[in-house]
Amino acid sequence: MSSSPHDLSNEVTFHPEHASGTGKIWKTFWLLSILTIVELGLGYFLYFKQGQISPGLVLLTKVVIGILTLAKAYYIVSIFMHLGDEIRNLIMTIVVPLCLFIWFIAAFLWDGNSWKTLRNRYNRIEPKTEQVAPAVKAPEHH
Amino acid sequence: MSVTAQQGTKWWSGGRSPFNASYGKVMMWYFLMSDAFTFGAFLISYGTIRFSVNHWADPNQVFNAFPLAGHANLPLAFVSLMTFILIASSVTMVLAVHEGHKMNKKGVEKYMLWTILGGIAFLSCQAWEWTHMITGDHAVLVDGQIQSWGTTVTHNPWGPAASHEELAKLGVAAGQHVTTPGPIAFGGYFFGITGFHGFHVFSGVIINLVMYIKTKLGHFDQRGHYEMIEKAGLYWHFVDLVWVFVFLCFYLI
Repeated sequence: MSSSPHDLSNEVTFHPEHASGTGKIWKTFWLLSILTIVELGLGYFLYFKQGQISPGLVLLTKVVIGILTLAKAYYIVSIFMHLGDEIRNLIMTIVVPLCLFIWFIAAFLWDGNSWKTLRNRYNRIEPKTEQVAPAVKAPEHH
Repeated sequence: MSVTAQQGTKWWSGGRSPFNASYGKVMMWYFLMSDAFTFGAFLISYGTIRFSVNHWADPNQVFNAFPLAGHANLPLAFVSLMTFILIASSVTMVLAVHEGHKMNKKGVEKYMLWTILGGIAFLSCQAWEWTHMITGDHAVLVDGQIQSWGTTVTHNPWGPAASHEELAKLGVAAGQHVTTPGPIAFGGYFFGITGFHGFHVFSGVIINLVMYIKTKLGHFDQRGHYEMIEKAGLYWHFVDLVWVFVFLCFYLI
């Protein structure tokens, strides 16, 4: 009984975490700082070039800032929170459910944008919808 | 985990830990995951409303103040300071966990104190920012009259600029910057989400204080491991993690 595979596995016994050097911690700190500084640089780029750059470039810059933020999140979770050192199944039970966010973000932002389009079309908040006005005058030519 | 388990310890009362991690730590991870969904829901809701209106406050205009800098236009400066304070306190936290692995009581105490200080500094920054937002006066054109508005959950002075004709009718000098009311949701989302995050920072500071006191009293030395510091650290890093996204959604883009 005592020699069943369960007893032999090391699952029950936690290995004491060997305190490795602090080099990795400081490396991550500098990495996070540099990523933040790059984000700020891009933020200032958007600020100082306001109105001078195309909406496409603005969007691209914002997407790049978003990707840098995800990189920061990865380093915080994996190095500072030591999730990278946990066993794979634990990582998966946390990371896989969070993938729902991909759909949440896509669906809700799409919806928000759709409300804007509908409101602008039917509530006439914006002067953009005035292009329908000339059509009303057309019958007078008869 | 600096736990050296005695043989026969019932970790999940099933006698084993499938993840080779203690019950408390695994549950802390799941709590943080659920908290991530809460914050995510708030931020996505904010994004949805922002996408649904034609005009939203420009963060570079709203957050351009710095303590003692008067009316200088310094976009992103103060919030960057807050971000670096939080990153630095995250580093001191992970160093405290590191000292805990080495069973170095003095080291844990030192780094926990720095982490607590960082948390208090961040909260002070936020208190200043909120005060500045709420008490700051901005000329807003409301129903043909100029009113002075701060940013609150019921007032948003950051709408589009008022038209020159209307301002000329009121006899406002040409150079004066007058806006129209912006979407009312702005204040609610800003104060709601940064407030919820600030509340997490506050509870993190309290948790860290408790951990500091327990370290000081030698509780973890008696227990033989500093795993509680690790669990508090997970929470503290999560607070930093959320701030990274709040920083992105409210200030950067």
